[in-house]
Amino acid sequence: MNRHHRLAIDRIACDGRGLCAELLPELIDLDEWGYPVIHGQAVPADLLGHARRAVAACPVLALRLERAAGDRPPPAA
Amino acid sequence: MTQTTELRQSTEHRLLRGWFETGGPADLTEHLRRYGPAPLPSERGARQARAALLQTVEQAGLTGRGGAAFPTGRKLRAVAEGRGRPVVVVNGMESEPASRKDEALLDLAPHLVLDGAALAAAAVDATVVHLCLPRGSARATQVDRLTRAVAERWRAGLDRIPVEVHRLPHHYVSSEETSLVQWLNGGPARPLATPPRPFEKGVDRRPTLVDNVETLAHLALIARYGPSWFRSTGTADAPGTTLLTVSGAVHAPGVHELPLGTPLGAVLAAAGGTSRPLGAVLVGGFFGSWLSAEQAPAVPFARPELAALGAGPGAGVLVALPADSCGLAETARVLGFLAAQSARQCGPCRFGLPAVAADFHQLAWGRPDAELPARLPHRVELLAGRGACRHPDGASRLAATALAVFAADVRRHLETGPCPGAALPPVLPVPGGPAADEVGWR
Repeated sequence: MNRHHRLAIDRIACDGRGLCAELLPELIDLDEWGYPVIHGQAVPADLLGHARRAVAACPVLALRLERAAGDRPPPAA
Repeated sequence: MTQTTELRQSTEHRLLRGWFETGGPADLTEHLRRYGPAPLPSERGARQARAALLQTVEQAGLTGRGGAAFPTGRKLRAVAEGRGRPVVVVNGMESEPASRKDEALLDLAPHLVLDGAALAAAAVDATVVHLCLPRGSARATQVDRLTRAVAERWRAGLDRIPVEVHRLPHHYVSSEETSLVQWLNGGPARPLATPPRPFEKGVDRRPTLVDNVETLAHLALIARYGPSWFRSTGTADAPGTTLLTVSGAVHAPGVHELPLGTPLGAVLAAAGGTSRPLGAVLVGGFFGSWLSAEQAPAVPFARPELAALGAGPGAGVLVALPADSCGLAETARVLGFLAAQSARQCGPCRFGLPAVAADFHQLAWGRPDAELPARLPHRVELLAGRGACRHPDGASRLAATALAVFAADVRRHLETGPCPGAALPPVLPVPGGPAADEVGWR
Protein backbone atom coordinates (compact mmCIF):
# COMPACT_ATOMS: atom_id res chain seq x y z
CA MET A 1 0.00 0.00 0.00
CA ASN A 2 1.52 3.28 -1.09
CA ARG A 3 -0.09 6.17 0.74
CA HIS A 4 2.01 8.79 -0.97
CA HIS A 5 -0.19 9.37 -3.99
CA ARG A 6 -3.77 10.48 -4.20
CA LEU A 7 -6.23 11.48 -6.87
CA ALA A 8 -7.56 15.04 -7.05
CA ILE A 9 -10.08 16.56 -9.44
CA ASP A 10 -10.34 20.15 -10.57
CA ARG A 11 -14.12 20.23 -10.27
CA ILE A 12 -14.46 23.41 -12.30
CA ALA A 13 -12.48 21.99 -15.20
CA CYS A 14 -14.19 18.57 -15.04
CA ASP A 15 -16.76 18.16 -17.78
CA GLY A 16 -17.99 14.69 -16.92
CA ARG A 17 -16.44 12.98 -19.96
CA GLY A 18 -16.06 9.81 -17.93
CA LEU A 19 -12.80 8.41 -19.33
CA CYS A 20 -11.28 8.26 -15.85
CA ALA A 21 -13.96 5.86 -14.65
CA GLU A 22 -13.41 3.62 -17.68
CA LEU A 23 -9.67 3.48 -17.16
CA LEU A 24 -9.69 3.28 -13.37
CA PRO A 25 -12.97 1.63 -12.31
CA GLU A 26 -11.27 0.31 -9.15
CA LEU A 27 -11.10 3.85 -7.75
CA ILE A 28 -13.52 5.96 -9.80
CA ASP A 29 -17.28 5.68 -10.34
CA LEU A 30 -19.59 8.07 -12.13
CA ASP A 31 -22.66 9.68 -10.59
CA GLU A 32 -25.99 9.73 -12.41
CA TRP A 33 -24.88 12.80 -14.41
CA GLY A 34 -21.54 11.30 -15.41
CA TYR A 35 -19.29 13.13 -12.96
CA PRO A 36 -16.59 11.17 -11.14
CA VAL A 37 -16.88 9.86 -7.59
CA ILE A 38 -13.53 8.87 -6.11
CA HIS A 39 -13.49 5.92 -3.72
CA GLY A 40 -10.68 6.45 -1.24
CA GLN A 41 -8.25 9.10 -2.38
CA ALA A 42 -5.10 7.12 -1.67
CA VAL A 43 -3.86 5.23 -4.73
CA PRO A 44 -2.48 1.75 -3.95
CA ALA A 45 0.91 1.01 -5.54
CA ASP A 46 -0.49 -1.68 -7.87
CA LEU A 47 -2.93 0.84 -9.39
CA LEU A 48 -0.43 3.66 -9.83
CA GLY A 49 0.17 2.86 -13.50
CA HIS A 50 -3.56 2.79 -14.24
CA ALA A 51 -4.01 6.03 -12.32
CA ARG A 52 -1.30 7.72 -14.40
CA ARG A 53 -2.99 6.56 -17.60
CA ALA A 54 -6.34 7.91 -16.40
CA VAL A 55 -4.74 11.26 -15.60
CA ALA A 56 -3.13 11.41 -19.02
CA ALA A 57 -6.39 10.48 -20.75
CA CYS A 58 -8.53 13.25 -19.22
CA PRO A 59 -9.42 15.47 -22.18
CA VAL A 60 -9.80 18.61 -20.02
CA LEU A 61 -6.81 17.91 -17.73
CA ALA A 62 -9.07 17.90 -14.66
CA LEU A 63 -7.68 14.75 -13.06
CA ARG A 64 -4.43 14.99 -11.11
CA LEU A 65 -2.24 12.60 -9.22
CA GLU A 66 -0.80 14.37 -6.19
CA ARG A 67 1.87 13.43 -3.77
CA ALA A 68 0.09 13.51 -0.42
CA ALA A 69 1.78 16.17 1.71
CA GLY A 70 1.39 16.40 5.47
CA ASP A 71 -0.72 19.36 6.53
CA ARG A 72 -3.21 21.06 4.30
CA PRO A 73 -3.20 24.87 4.17
CA PRO A 74 -5.85 27.04 5.89
CA PRO A 75 -9.40 26.60 4.64
CA ALA A 76 -11.72 29.35 3.41
CA ALA A 77 -12.40 32.42 5.57
CA MET B 1 -31.65 44.64 36.77
CA THR B 2 -29.78 42.69 39.40
CA GLN B 3 -26.10 43.07 39.98
CA THR B 4 -25.42 39.63 38.51
CA THR B 5 -27.03 40.63 35.24
CA GLU B 6 -24.96 43.79 34.99
CA LEU B 7 -21.79 41.84 35.72
CA ARG B 8 -22.67 39.37 33.02
CA GLN B 9 -23.19 42.20 30.60
CA SER B 10 -19.82 43.70 31.35
CA THR B 11 -17.96 40.46 30.73
CA GLU B 12 -20.03 39.22 27.80
CA HIS B 13 -20.27 42.37 25.75
CA ARG B 14 -17.09 43.35 24.07
CA LEU B 15 -17.82 44.28 20.47
CA LEU B 16 -21.29 45.53 21.40
CA ARG B 17 -20.34 47.07 24.74
CA GLY B 18 -20.22 50.62 23.44
CA TRP B 19 -23.65 50.25 21.98
CA PHE B 20 -25.05 48.94 25.26
CA GLU B 21 -23.55 51.87 27.14
CA THR B 22 -24.42 54.69 24.78
CA GLY B 23 -27.39 53.26 22.91
CA GLY B 24 -25.99 54.45 19.61
CA PRO B 25 -23.47 53.64 16.90
CA ALA B 26 -19.90 54.79 17.60
CA ASP B 27 -18.64 57.46 15.19
CA LEU B 28 -14.91 58.18 15.04
CA THR B 29 -15.00 60.72 17.91
CA GLU B 30 -16.86 58.32 20.19
CA HIS B 31 -14.61 55.43 19.12
CA LEU B 32 -11.43 57.39 19.91
CA ARG B 33 -12.85 58.57 23.23
CA ARG B 34 -13.55 54.99 24.20
CA TYR B 35 -10.52 53.14 22.81
CA GLY B 36 -7.98 55.69 21.57
CA PRO B 37 -6.22 55.03 18.26
CA ALA B 38 -5.33 51.46 17.26
CA PRO B 39 -2.01 50.34 18.79
CA LEU B 40 -0.25 49.90 15.44
CA PRO B 41 3.19 48.31 15.63
CA SER B 42 5.86 51.03 15.76
CA GLU B 43 7.58 51.78 12.47
CA ARG B 44 10.90 51.75 14.24
CA GLY B 45 12.01 48.16 14.78
CA ALA B 46 9.10 47.26 12.55
CA ARG B 47 9.95 43.60 12.08
CA GLN B 48 10.00 42.92 15.82
CA ALA B 49 6.86 44.94 16.44
CA ARG B 50 5.01 43.01 13.73
CA ALA B 51 6.21 39.71 15.17
CA ALA B 52 4.96 40.73 18.62
CA LEU B 53 1.49 41.56 17.27
CA LEU B 54 1.33 38.23 15.41
CA GLN B 55 2.27 36.42 18.57
CA THR B 56 -0.37 38.25 20.57
CA VAL B 57 -3.09 37.11 18.15
CA GLU B 58 -1.79 33.54 18.21
CA GLN B 59 -1.73 33.47 22.02
CA ALA B 60 -5.26 34.84 22.18
CA GLY B 61 -6.51 31.81 20.25
CA LEU B 62 -8.80 33.92 18.08
CA THR B 63 -10.60 31.91 15.40
CA GLY B 64 -12.34 33.19 12.26
CA ARG B 65 -15.95 34.28 12.76
CA GLY B 66 -16.93 33.98 9.11
CA GLY B 67 -17.74 30.29 9.21
CA ALA B 68 -14.59 28.18 9.02
CA ALA B 69 -13.40 29.00 12.59
CA PHE B 70 -9.78 28.66 11.45
CA PRO B 71 -7.10 30.01 13.85
CA THR B 72 -6.56 33.63 12.82
CA GLY B 73 -2.98 33.79 14.11
CA ARG B 74 -1.95 30.85 11.95
CA LYS B 75 -3.50 32.43 8.87
CA LEU B 76 -1.77 35.76 9.60
CA ARG B 77 1.55 33.98 9.91
CA ALA B 78 1.09 32.00 6.69
CA VAL B 79 0.36 35.24 4.82
CA ALA B 80 3.24 37.11 6.45
CA GLU B 81 5.66 34.34 5.49
CA GLY B 82 4.42 34.07 1.88
CA ARG B 83 6.24 35.21 -1.24
CA GLY B 84 5.70 38.91 -1.94
CA ARG B 85 4.06 41.83 -0.15
CA PRO B 86 0.67 40.77 1.21
CA VAL B 87 -2.80 42.15 0.54
CA VAL B 88 -5.59 42.24 3.13
CA VAL B 89 -9.20 41.59 2.17
CA VAL B 90 -11.90 42.47 4.69
CA ASN B 91 -14.98 40.33 4.14
CA GLY B 92 -18.12 42.25 5.02
CA MET B 93 -20.36 40.58 2.43
CA GLU B 94 -22.52 38.58 4.84
CA SER B 95 -24.31 36.61 2.16
CA GLU B 96 -25.89 34.25 4.69
CA PRO B 97 -29.56 35.30 4.67
CA ALA B 98 -30.15 34.22 8.29
CA SER B 99 -27.23 36.31 9.55
CA ARG B 100 -27.31 40.00 10.44
CA LYS B 101 -24.30 40.19 12.72
CA ASP B 102 -21.76 41.66 10.30
CA GLU B 103 -24.23 44.29 9.16
CA ALA B 104 -25.01 45.15 12.80
CA LEU B 105 -21.32 45.30 13.75
CA LEU B 106 -20.46 47.53 10.78
CA ASP B 107 -23.32 49.83 11.83
CA LEU B 108 -22.56 49.95 15.55
CA ALA B 109 -18.77 49.73 15.75
CA PRO B 110 -17.33 50.34 12.26
CA HIS B 111 -14.05 51.67 13.62
CA LEU B 112 -13.32 48.50 15.58
CA VAL B 113 -13.47 46.65 12.25
CA LEU B 114 -11.31 49.26 10.50
CA ASP B 115 -8.83 49.24 13.41
CA GLY B 116 -8.64 45.47 13.11
CA ALA B 117 -8.02 45.73 9.38
CA ALA B 118 -5.26 48.29 9.95
CA LEU B 119 -3.67 46.09 12.63
CA ALA B 120 -3.87 42.92 10.54
CA ALA B 121 -2.42 44.77 7.55
CA ALA B 122 0.44 46.07 9.71
CA ALA B 123 1.04 42.62 11.21
CA VAL B 124 1.53 40.99 7.81
CA ASP B 125 3.20 44.12 6.30
CA ALA B 126 0.53 44.55 3.62
CA THR B 127 0.43 47.45 1.15
CA VAL B 128 -3.33 47.71 0.70
CA VAL B 129 -6.62 46.78 2.37
CA HIS B 130 -9.69 45.90 0.27
CA LEU B 131 -13.00 46.26 2.10
CA CYS B 132 -15.55 44.07 0.30
CA LEU B 133 -19.22 44.97 0.77
CA PRO B 134 -22.40 43.90 -1.01
CA ARG B 135 -23.85 45.81 -3.93
CA GLY B 136 -27.54 46.65 -3.91
CA SER B 137 -30.02 48.83 -2.13
CA ALA B 138 -30.41 46.86 1.09
CA ARG B 139 -27.09 47.98 2.56
CA ALA B 140 -26.32 50.98 0.31
CA THR B 141 -26.55 53.50 3.19
CA GLN B 142 -24.11 51.44 5.22
CA VAL B 143 -21.64 51.21 2.36
CA ASP B 144 -21.77 55.01 1.88
CA ARG B 145 -21.23 55.54 5.62
CA LEU B 146 -18.25 53.18 5.63
CA THR B 147 -16.75 54.90 2.60
CA ARG B 148 -16.94 58.20 4.50
CA ALA B 149 -15.53 56.58 7.65
CA VAL B 150 -12.53 55.26 5.71
CA ALA B 151 -11.87 58.73 4.26
CA GLU B 152 -12.24 60.37 7.67
CA ARG B 153 -9.66 58.04 9.21
CA TRP B 154 -7.23 58.69 6.35
CA ARG B 155 -7.56 62.46 6.77
CA ALA B 156 -7.01 62.08 10.52
CA GLY B 157 -3.82 60.13 9.83
CA LEU B 158 -5.08 57.05 11.73
CA ASP B 159 -4.38 54.53 8.96
CA ARG B 160 -0.99 54.00 7.34
CA ILE B 161 -2.14 51.50 4.75
CA PRO B 162 -4.80 52.68 2.28
CA VAL B 163 -8.27 51.09 2.40
CA GLU B 164 -10.26 50.65 -0.82
CA VAL B 165 -14.01 50.09 -0.56
CA HIS B 166 -15.59 47.72 -3.12
CA ARG B 167 -19.19 46.79 -3.92
CA LEU B 168 -19.54 43.21 -5.14
CA PRO B 169 -22.48 41.23 -6.53
CA HIS B 170 -24.38 39.86 -3.55
CA HIS B 171 -24.73 36.14 -4.21
CA TYR B 172 -24.48 33.35 -1.67
CA VAL B 173 -21.12 32.07 -2.94
CA SER B 174 -19.72 35.53 -3.73
CA SER B 175 -18.49 35.95 -0.17
CA GLU B 176 -16.36 32.81 -0.41
CA GLU B 177 -12.73 33.93 -0.14
CA THR B 178 -11.66 32.83 -3.60
CA SER B 179 -14.72 34.62 -5.08
CA LEU B 180 -13.53 37.87 -3.50
CA VAL B 181 -10.03 37.28 -4.84
CA GLN B 182 -11.23 36.49 -8.35
CA TRP B 183 -13.48 39.60 -8.41
CA LEU B 184 -10.70 41.87 -7.10
CA ASN B 185 -8.50 40.48 -9.88
CA GLY B 186 -11.04 41.65 -12.45
CA GLY B 187 -13.02 38.43 -12.85
CA PRO B 188 -16.45 37.15 -11.78
CA ALA B 189 -17.26 36.86 -8.04
CA ARG B 190 -17.33 33.06 -8.28
CA PRO B 191 -15.21 30.52 -6.38
CA LEU B 192 -11.92 29.37 -7.88
CA ALA B 193 -10.40 25.93 -7.89
CA THR B 194 -7.79 25.55 -5.13
CA PRO B 195 -4.85 25.27 -4.64
CA PRO B 196 -3.44 27.84 -4.66
CA ARG B 197 -5.35 29.23 -1.70
CA PRO B 198 -5.48 33.01 -1.27
CA PHE B 199 -2.91 32.94 1.54
CA GLU B 200 -0.40 31.59 -0.98
CA LYS B 201 -1.45 33.44 -4.11
CA GLY B 202 -4.48 35.73 -4.14
CA VAL B 203 -5.04 39.32 -5.21
CA ASP B 204 -2.42 40.28 -7.83
CA ARG B 205 -0.89 36.83 -7.20
CA ARG B 206 0.27 38.08 -3.81
CA PRO B 207 -0.24 36.41 -0.41
CA THR B 208 -3.74 37.49 0.60
CA LEU B 209 -5.31 37.56 4.04
CA VAL B 210 -9.10 37.25 3.87
CA ASP B 211 -10.80 37.85 7.21
CA ASN B 212 -14.39 38.36 8.28
CA VAL B 213 -15.24 41.77 9.77
CA GLU B 214 -16.09 40.37 13.19
CA THR B 215 -12.76 38.52 13.36
CA LEU B 216 -10.95 41.81 12.75
CA ALA B 217 -12.99 43.65 15.39
CA HIS B 218 -11.93 41.04 17.96
CA LEU B 219 -8.34 41.46 16.77
CA ALA B 220 -8.61 45.22 17.41
CA LEU B 221 -9.51 44.53 21.05
CA ILE B 222 -6.88 41.80 21.47
CA ALA B 223 -4.19 44.25 20.30
CA ARG B 224 -5.33 46.66 23.02
CA TYR B 225 -6.08 44.38 25.96
CA GLY B 226 -3.96 41.28 25.30
CA PRO B 227 -4.44 37.50 25.04
CA SER B 228 -5.27 36.90 28.73
CA TRP B 229 -8.08 39.40 28.62
CA PHE B 230 -9.42 37.75 25.45
CA ARG B 231 -9.23 34.31 27.02
CA SER B 232 -11.03 35.43 30.20
CA THR B 233 -14.34 34.40 28.64
CA GLY B 234 -15.37 31.57 26.34
CA THR B 235 -13.71 28.14 26.64
CA ALA B 236 -10.06 27.10 26.56
CA ASP B 237 -10.45 25.73 23.03
CA ALA B 238 -12.79 28.45 21.83
CA PRO B 239 -11.95 31.64 23.72
CA GLY B 240 -13.70 35.00 23.55
CA THR B 241 -17.17 36.11 22.66
CA THR B 242 -19.04 35.73 19.41
CA LEU B 243 -21.88 37.51 17.67
CA LEU B 244 -24.96 35.40 17.08
CA THR B 245 -28.01 36.12 14.99
CA VAL B 246 -30.95 34.45 16.68
CA SER B 247 -34.31 34.24 14.90
CA GLY B 248 -37.46 32.14 14.73
CA ALA B 249 -39.59 31.35 17.75
CA VAL B 250 -37.84 33.57 20.32
CA HIS B 251 -39.13 36.68 22.10
CA ALA B 252 -36.13 38.88 21.27
CA PRO B 253 -34.77 37.92 17.86
CA GLY B 254 -31.69 39.79 16.71
CA VAL B 255 -27.93 39.98 17.13
CA HIS B 256 -26.54 38.94 20.50
CA GLU B 257 -22.99 38.74 21.82
CA LEU B 258 -22.20 35.76 24.02
CA PRO B 259 -19.15 33.81 25.15
CA LEU B 260 -18.19 30.93 22.87
CA GLY B 261 -19.27 27.72 24.53
CA THR B 262 -22.60 29.10 25.74
CA PRO B 263 -25.13 26.24 25.60
CA LEU B 264 -27.72 26.74 22.86
CA GLY B 265 -30.47 26.76 25.51
CA ALA B 266 -28.78 29.75 27.15
CA VAL B 267 -28.41 31.45 23.77
CA LEU B 268 -32.15 31.11 23.23
CA ALA B 269 -32.72 32.44 26.76
CA ALA B 270 -30.52 35.46 25.98
CA ALA B 271 -32.78 36.06 22.98
CA GLY B 272 -35.76 36.37 25.32
CA GLY B 273 -36.51 32.65 25.52
CA THR B 274 -38.64 30.57 23.18
CA SER B 275 -42.00 32.03 22.30
CA ARG B 276 -43.58 28.71 21.29
CA PRO B 277 -42.87 25.02 21.83
CA LEU B 278 -39.70 24.11 19.97
CA GLY B 279 -39.50 21.56 17.16
CA ALA B 280 -35.84 21.84 16.23
CA VAL B 281 -32.94 24.29 16.09
CA LEU B 282 -30.90 25.21 13.03
CA VAL B 283 -27.34 26.05 13.99
CA GLY B 284 -24.83 27.64 11.58
CA GLY B 285 -27.16 29.04 8.92
CA PHE B 286 -28.22 27.78 5.49
CA PHE B 287 -25.05 25.65 5.45
CA GLY B 288 -25.81 24.55 8.97
CA SER B 289 -27.20 21.57 10.83
CA TRP B 290 -30.57 20.80 12.31
CA LEU B 291 -30.51 19.65 15.92
CA SER B 292 -33.55 18.20 17.66
CA ALA B 293 -35.33 20.26 20.33
CA GLU B 294 -34.37 17.62 22.91
CA GLN B 295 -30.69 17.60 22.02
CA ALA B 296 -30.01 21.27 21.21
CA PRO B 297 -30.31 23.12 24.56
CA ALA B 298 -27.33 21.38 26.20
CA VAL B 299 -25.00 21.70 23.19
CA PRO B 300 -22.32 24.39 23.68
CA PHE B 301 -21.95 26.90 20.85
CA ALA B 302 -18.26 26.28 20.04
CA ARG B 303 -16.54 24.61 17.16
CA PRO B 304 -15.11 21.56 18.98
CA GLU B 305 -18.39 20.60 20.66
CA LEU B 306 -20.47 21.25 17.53
CA ALA B 307 -17.98 19.36 15.37
CA ALA B 308 -18.48 16.30 17.57
CA LEU B 309 -22.11 16.32 16.37
CA GLY B 310 -21.16 16.93 12.74
CA ALA B 311 -22.26 20.56 13.08
CA GLY B 312 -20.36 23.86 13.05
CA PRO B 313 -20.76 27.44 14.25
CA GLY B 314 -21.04 28.79 10.70
CA ALA B 315 -21.51 32.52 10.72
CA GLY B 316 -23.12 32.44 14.18
CA VAL B 317 -26.70 31.68 13.22
CA LEU B 318 -29.34 30.09 15.41
CA VAL B 319 -32.93 29.61 14.26
CA ALA B 320 -35.59 28.26 16.62
CA LEU B 321 -38.12 26.27 14.63
CA PRO B 322 -41.52 25.99 16.32
CA ALA B 323 -42.97 22.51 16.72
CA ASP B 324 -45.93 23.15 14.41
CA SER B 325 -43.69 24.17 11.49
CA CYS B 326 -42.51 21.62 8.96
CA GLY B 327 -38.74 21.13 8.97
CA LEU B 328 -38.88 19.42 5.58
CA ALA B 329 -40.65 22.39 3.98
CA GLU B 330 -38.18 24.81 5.59
CA THR B 331 -35.26 22.75 4.30
CA ALA B 332 -36.80 22.40 0.84
CA ARG B 333 -37.09 26.19 0.49
CA VAL B 334 -33.46 26.71 1.57
CA LEU B 335 -32.21 24.00 -0.79
CA GLY B 336 -34.12 25.61 -3.67
CA PHE B 337 -32.40 28.90 -2.85
CA LEU B 338 -28.95 27.26 -2.59
CA ALA B 339 -29.49 25.54 -5.95
CA ALA B 340 -30.37 28.88 -7.57
CA GLN B 341 -27.29 30.45 -5.95
CA SER B 342 -24.88 27.86 -7.33
CA ALA B 343 -22.09 29.30 -9.44
CA ARG B 344 -22.85 26.37 -11.79
CA GLN B 345 -19.17 25.66 -12.32
CA CYS B 346 -18.91 22.12 -10.94
CA GLY B 347 -21.03 19.19 -12.13
CA PRO B 348 -22.10 17.86 -8.70
CA CYS B 349 -23.36 21.31 -7.66
CA ARG B 350 -24.87 22.13 -11.05
CA PHE B 351 -26.85 18.89 -11.39
CA GLY B 352 -26.79 17.22 -7.97
CA LEU B 353 -27.92 20.21 -5.92
CA PRO B 354 -31.03 21.03 -8.02
CA ALA B 355 -31.88 17.31 -8.00
CA VAL B 356 -31.68 17.19 -4.18
CA ALA B 357 -33.74 20.39 -3.98
CA ALA B 358 -36.38 18.90 -6.30
CA ASP B 359 -36.52 15.69 -4.25
CA PHE B 360 -36.99 17.72 -1.07
CA HIS B 361 -39.69 19.79 -2.73
CA GLN B 362 -41.49 16.58 -3.67
CA LEU B 363 -41.06 15.20 -0.15
CA ALA B 364 -42.33 18.39 1.49
CA TRP B 365 -45.28 19.30 -0.71
CA GLY B 366 -45.81 16.66 -3.37
CA ARG B 367 -46.39 12.98 -3.89
CA PRO B 368 -42.99 11.32 -3.53
CA ASP B 369 -42.32 8.65 -6.15
CA ALA B 370 -41.41 5.13 -5.07
CA GLU B 371 -37.67 5.58 -5.63
CA LEU B 372 -37.31 8.76 -3.58
CA PRO B 373 -36.63 7.18 -0.16
CA ALA B 374 -33.60 5.32 -1.56
CA ARG B 375 -32.51 7.98 -4.05
CA LEU B 376 -32.51 11.10 -1.90
CA PRO B 377 -30.04 10.06 0.85
CA HIS B 378 -27.65 8.80 -1.84
CA ARG B 379 -27.83 12.07 -3.77
CA VAL B 380 -27.34 14.05 -0.54
CA GLU B 381 -24.25 12.02 0.34
CA LEU B 382 -22.73 12.50 -3.13
CA LEU B 383 -22.93 16.30 -2.84
CA ALA B 384 -20.27 16.49 -0.15
CA GLY B 385 -16.61 17.00 -0.98
CA ARG B 386 -17.17 17.27 -4.73
CA GLY B 387 -17.04 21.00 -5.44
CA ALA B 388 -14.34 23.63 -5.89
CA CYS B 389 -15.87 25.43 -2.91
CA ARG B 390 -17.91 24.20 0.04
CA HIS B 391 -21.30 25.19 -1.36
CA PRO B 392 -22.42 21.60 -2.10
CA ASP B 393 -20.97 20.43 1.24
CA GLY B 394 -23.05 22.95 3.13
CA ALA B 395 -26.21 22.01 1.26
CA SER B 396 -25.47 18.34 1.84
CA ARG B 397 -25.10 18.87 5.57
CA LEU B 398 -28.35 20.79 5.82
CA ALA B 399 -30.21 18.10 3.84
CA ALA B 400 -28.63 15.17 5.71
CA THR B 401 -29.40 16.58 9.14
CA ALA B 402 -32.96 17.38 8.03
CA LEU B 403 -33.49 13.75 6.99
CA ALA B 404 -32.16 12.59 10.37
CA VAL B 405 -33.81 15.10 12.72
CA PHE B 406 -37.14 15.10 10.88
CA ALA B 407 -37.12 11.32 10.26
CA ALA B 408 -40.61 10.94 11.74
CA ASP B 409 -41.91 13.70 9.45
CA VAL B 410 -40.27 12.02 6.46
CA ARG B 411 -42.18 8.81 7.23
CA ARG B 412 -45.42 10.72 7.70
CA HIS B 413 -44.99 12.67 4.47
CA LEU B 414 -44.22 9.46 2.58
CA GLU B 415 -47.27 7.69 4.01
CA THR B 416 -49.93 10.37 4.14
CA GLY B 417 -48.60 13.37 2.17
CA PRO B 418 -47.74 16.90 3.31
CA CYS B 419 -48.37 17.75 6.98
CA PRO B 420 -50.35 20.89 7.93
CA GLY B 421 -47.07 22.62 8.89
CA ALA B 422 -45.88 22.49 5.27
CA ALA B 423 -48.51 25.10 4.37
CA LEU B 424 -47.46 27.55 7.12
CA PRO B 425 -45.47 30.71 6.30
CA PRO B 426 -41.69 30.17 6.29
CA VAL B 427 -39.63 30.62 9.47
CA LEU B 428 -36.28 30.71 7.67
CA PRO B 429 -35.79 33.96 5.74
CA VAL B 430 -35.29 32.62 2.21
CA PRO B 431 -34.74 35.53 -0.19
CA GLY B 432 -36.74 35.62 -3.39
CA GLY B 433 -35.45 37.23 -6.54
CA PRO B 434 -33.72 35.94 -9.65
CA ALA B 435 -31.07 33.22 -9.73
CA ALA B 436 -27.47 34.34 -9.37
CA ASP B 437 -26.72 33.52 -13.01
CA GLU B 438 -29.42 35.93 -14.23
CA VAL B 439 -28.08 38.81 -12.12
CA GLY B 440 -24.49 38.25 -13.20
CA TRP B 441 -21.22 37.74 -11.38
CA ARG B 442 -19.24 40.83 -12.29
